[in-house]
Amino acid sequence: MDIIVFVKRVPDTTEADIVISPDNRSILERDLVFDINESDKYAVEEAVQLKEKLGGTVTAITLGNEASEDILRRCLATGVDKAIRLTDAAFANTDAYALAKILAGSIKNMKYDLILTGVQSADTLQAQVGGYLAHFLGLPHCTVVNDMEINGSLAKVHRELEGGLEDVVEIKLPAVLTIQTGINEPRYVSIMGIRKASRLEIKVGGLIDIGLDAGSTGEAGSPTKLAKLYIPQSAKAVEILTGSIADMAGKLAGILKEKGG
Amino acid sequence: MKKILALVEQRCGVILDVSLEILQKGAELAARSGSELVAVVPGNNIGSLAAGLVSKANVVLVADNPLLEHYNYETYSYLLSTLIKEQSPELILIGNTTTGMDFAPGLASQLNLPLITSCIDFQLTDGKLIGIRQMYDGKVNAEVTCAPSASYVVTVRPGSFPVQERVPLAGRIENVTVALKAPESTKFIESIEAALSGVDITKADVLVSVGQGIGDKKNIPMFEELAALLNATLSCSRPVVDKKWLPKERQVGSSGKTVKPKVYLAIGISGSFQHLMGLKGGTIIAVNKDPKAPIFGVADYGIVGDMFQVVPVLKEKVKALKNP
Repeated sequence: MDIIVFVKRVPDTTEADIVISPDNRSILERDLVFDINESDKYAVEEAVQLKEKLGGTVTAITLGNEASEDILRRCLATGVDKAIRLTDAAFANTDAYALAKILAGSIKNMKYDLILTGVQSADTLQAQVGGYLAHFLGLPHCTVVNDMEINGSLAKVHRELEGGLEDVVEIKLPAVLTIQTGINEPRYVSIMGIRKASRLEIKVGGLIDIGLDAGSTGEAGSPTKLAKLYIPQSAKAVEILTGSIADMAGKLAGILKEKGG
Repeated sequence: MKKILALVEQRCGVILDVSLEILQKGAELAARSGSELVAVVPGNNIGSLAAGLVSKANVVLVADNPLLEHYNYETYSYLLSTLIKEQSPELILIGNTTTGMDFAPGLASQLNLPLITSCIDFQLTDGKLIGIRQMYDGKVNAEVTCAPSASYVVTVRPGSFPVQERVPLAGRIENVTVALKAPESTKFIESIEAALSGVDITKADVLVSVGQGIGDKKNIPMFEELAALLNATLSCSRPVVDKKWLPKERQVGSSGKTVKPKVYLAIGISGSFQHLMGLKGGTIIAVNKDPKAPIFGVADYGIVGDMFQVVPVLKEKVKALKNP
């Protein structure tokens, strides 16, 4: 089984202080720690586990600058066989639609049985690429997959719904599946493993390799545009407890007693 | 007449809250711009359910068909693309549910329409759409614009437009007669519910809830002890379940349980919107070292600090209050 997995390098913003760039269309990247997108990490693990069970190859593909090679090395260290980085000046300000078009173009001469990617990227939270990709490739798709099993030319997948419900669906391969966090336990990747993987080749491709013209990518090829970013104001005024640790804990214990009964 | 089209989702005969929210928002926009709100209701044996919607839309298109019993991308996208071509609405509203997420991109690209997903607000002025959505863990809002189009697709984040009392509309029902084919590439097998093993967090008055900020599974006992001291139940956010630190039944959020405790003590939980979707009412207290964490935007009380310093002292203080 030959599997392609699309991955993205994203900043970890859970505890970071975010500063918006002067152009108001991006955030300042300095001081931020970048890593592979969380749900993509699970998609890579799923692909590698399927390969280990069924044979075949796994190819990881990302779009990004040279810094994105660190996540591809991580993929290679996880057990991915081939890594490709797509880059071109014409890709700047590409939205999810044009991105999916680029990704679809990048595999047009490749053989594959399954395409995986994460449910959404943690930075933009749009959850669009999987659906668009399936459309451009003319393949069936299932999104938010939290369990799966391959039976010959079919996959039995669980789609996560709201409220702890799941739909079990059978889908014909090849197909595009977007993988949800928690589907497996991503293996630990050692620094040694990543160092060893750094000797492996990462193929670099651009506009010419994917067979698209510049007008189908970047701002020109994107139906949507990130016009402005801003920090939202919170509607509710929280009472922040202050003082020493003992002061804060004492006040909190009092509140818990009063409100919790 | 201009039209706004809204997709109504139902599960087991109950209309989803987000569908009522987009109907309300759609009705508001339609009234203001003199357009017609057209609700589309797909399902099987949904006649009575659809009849209840005439007060919420100008036209209720009922797609009652055994092939629409369960969501399937092929049948849904065929139905909707056919109706959109017939109706030519200037705006198509869909809930940003797992179903909406599954078919919106494919539908929009089939019809060559711009799509903005998970909007918390949007404006359509002079045929131009601006969507407001969140990025970067909800710490940043983004204003998204679109290439000019005769029609746009918007998926709306649940909870963005709380439903209020409105003057009822006097809509009419129309039955849809789109000829559907059985899906070829995907087949529904069954719906299942995550198994429960005894703990029901929805019944708890006090929840001590932990997020990925707790760092490691080995720290769980510390919070179990705190919960025991407070006669509380231990719950958590999604990353804790993904990392297998606690079972799924403990998860608060849109893909987990919806809870209404008297007190919700959130420790190391940043407060993603998916998590907050599962939290209805009560006094919310947050302990987090990041003062910008979205959880502080909904909390009543907060401590900005290191939980590993705060919680041990808190346990002593709680004990002292119990045994003065």
